[in-house]
Amino acid sequence: MGHFLTVQIIQTALEIGLIYSLIALSLFISFSILNICDLSTDGCYTLGCAVGAVVTISGHPFLAIPASMAAGVCSGFVTALLQTRFGVQSILAGIIVNTGLYTVNLAVMGFSSNLSIFGTDTIFSLAKGLSSAAWWQSWYKLILLGCIVLVVCLVLYWFLGTRLGLSIRATGDSPAMVRASSINPAFTITVGLCISNSLTGLAGSLIAQYNKTSDINLGTGMVTIALASLVIGESLSRKRHMAVRIACVLAGSCLYRLIVSLALRLNIPTEAFKLVSAVIVAIALILPSAKSMIALNLKKRRMKAPGQRGGNGHA
Amino acid sequence: MLELKGIKKTFNPGTVNEKTALRDLSLELADGDFATIIGSNGAGKSTMFGAIAGTFFPDEGQVLLDGEDITFVREHVRSHYIGRLFQDPLTGTAPNMTIEENLSVAYLRASAGKKGIFSRITRREKEFFHEKLSLLGMGLEDRMTNPVGLLSGGQRQALTLLMATVVTPRILLLDEHTAALDPATAAKVLELTRQIVEERKITCMMVTHNMEQALELGSRTLMMSDGRIVFDAAGSVRDGMTVEDLLRRFAEQAGKKLNNDRILLSTEEGK
Repeated sequence: MGHFLTVQIIQTALEIGLIYSLIALSLFISFSILNICDLSTDGCYTLGCAVGAVVTISGHPFLAIPASMAAGVCSGFVTALLQTRFGVQSILAGIIVNTGLYTVNLAVMGFSSNLSIFGTDTIFSLAKGLSSAAWWQSWYKLILLGCIVLVVCLVLYWFLGTRLGLSIRATGDSPAMVRASSINPAFTITVGLCISNSLTGLAGSLIAQYNKTSDINLGTGMVTIALASLVIGESLSRKRHMAVRIACVLAGSCLYRLIVSLALRLNIPTEAFKLVSAVIVAIALILPSAKSMIALNLKKRRMKAPGQRGGNGHA
Repeated sequence: MLELKGIKKTFNPGTVNEKTALRDLSLELADGDFATIIGSNGAGKSTMFGAIAGTFFPDEGQVLLDGEDITFVREHVRSHYIGRLFQDPLTGTAPNMTIEENLSVAYLRASAGKKGIFSRITRREKEFFHEKLSLLGMGLEDRMTNPVGLLSGGQRQALTLLMATVVTPRILLLDEHTAALDPATAAKVLELTRQIVEERKITCMMVTHNMEQALELGSRTLMMSDGRIVFDAAGSVRDGMTVEDLLRRFAEQAGKKLNNDRILLSTEEGK
């Protein structure tokens, strides 16, 4: 077992899990809170990655982060504009933006499908240089990513408790109530999607600097992965308090990466990786209804069982 | 004062589903008036509320509030001064948000512009909400951090009533807001409505299918048929009226009998 699951594997899974948790939080805002299916995630993530890589290569690893987030905001704004102003269905708006972003991403990367970050600092290499202590040298990535994600979560939690945040939550929860409460749903949806996509952009920027590379196909299937993390997280939290829900989305993302790492350790060929991911997502989605199905069957069996007293079902 | 001048509205024009919901609807409602509205199925009662609240823009005509033309003012802007309750007790509140959060979203109408959009619910506001909730007498003031989805239909409708009036609206529109509740809860919500409307002298319109209620509550009764107001009773004319009088007058004015399945049931109950 010790060899099967090394500290190294868990550490890498947590690092990637933390980066992906930002995308899961992005979908948490659009999918869970706003009740909107935003399928532009794949393209937006690659956009964040491309912008992050380009800015980092030009020698500004810190600037790369707000730049990627701003790019995400722009992408989210276009998606929101199509939905709110022009009445395009949310799924279609996402797909259209996603398709368009492919070319945009290529253009950002100077019409090459691949960019490598060589010879310039990244936020990770800068962090590594802070201390030469052995523990820091082996944990600096996880600590740095943990801090970034923690700040994002705190800001998000604070924001969702403000008047604007509450309005955004109400928009997804009860559209009729929002219109009767002097809130413009077009405005709240736009703000919500901009924030959501800025987080996706941030994740892209971090993965570019983490991998020291940007690839045009990096984002493919990202929405599925993020959705899986979100579903796992939401099934953990059962819609309790907002802070718990945010924490559970993080946990869901890390848990998902751990499951994937486990699956990969079972010597599953890399070609089968997408299928494995899809199966994990499907299982995560099936789980809640499977649970209630099993519970119902057990109950039925109990009530039918002969020789039981009464039959009131309380065994 | 609310004025409707010659409002016309046809839905799905030029298709097989074409439906003229309002034809030449005119109405004047003085400040402090409490009008009850009855009419057949499809008479245009809810559509009239839609025109007032801005759910859609009329094809012709004008909506004036205190002399100001609000015909093309958008719905969310109008909701600053128009409160609304719907028949379905689930539509007026957000189920996954707490009672406190729901109230503070409704309370945005008061603070819009004054306080920043990044400010949070203050303790003073919580105390204010607590006080308001205790007036409902449903014990909701002790459950302020519970999600609204856990409340019963009647509790949710009472909360919606509170949310619609937490900032006193210039017009309150009640669209059969007690119809989906059980009789005891309906009576309670109706009593709360009467209290709040009378205390603060809110100009109010209430659609109901209960004829006795229509005569008992408020100061004026409107009957609608085919997208128009066919009968308008107030003052001494209304005071001595019975349900039979009302039905007779309707038949005379509209040229046909009142046809509303629920109205017939509720008058049976009333006898």
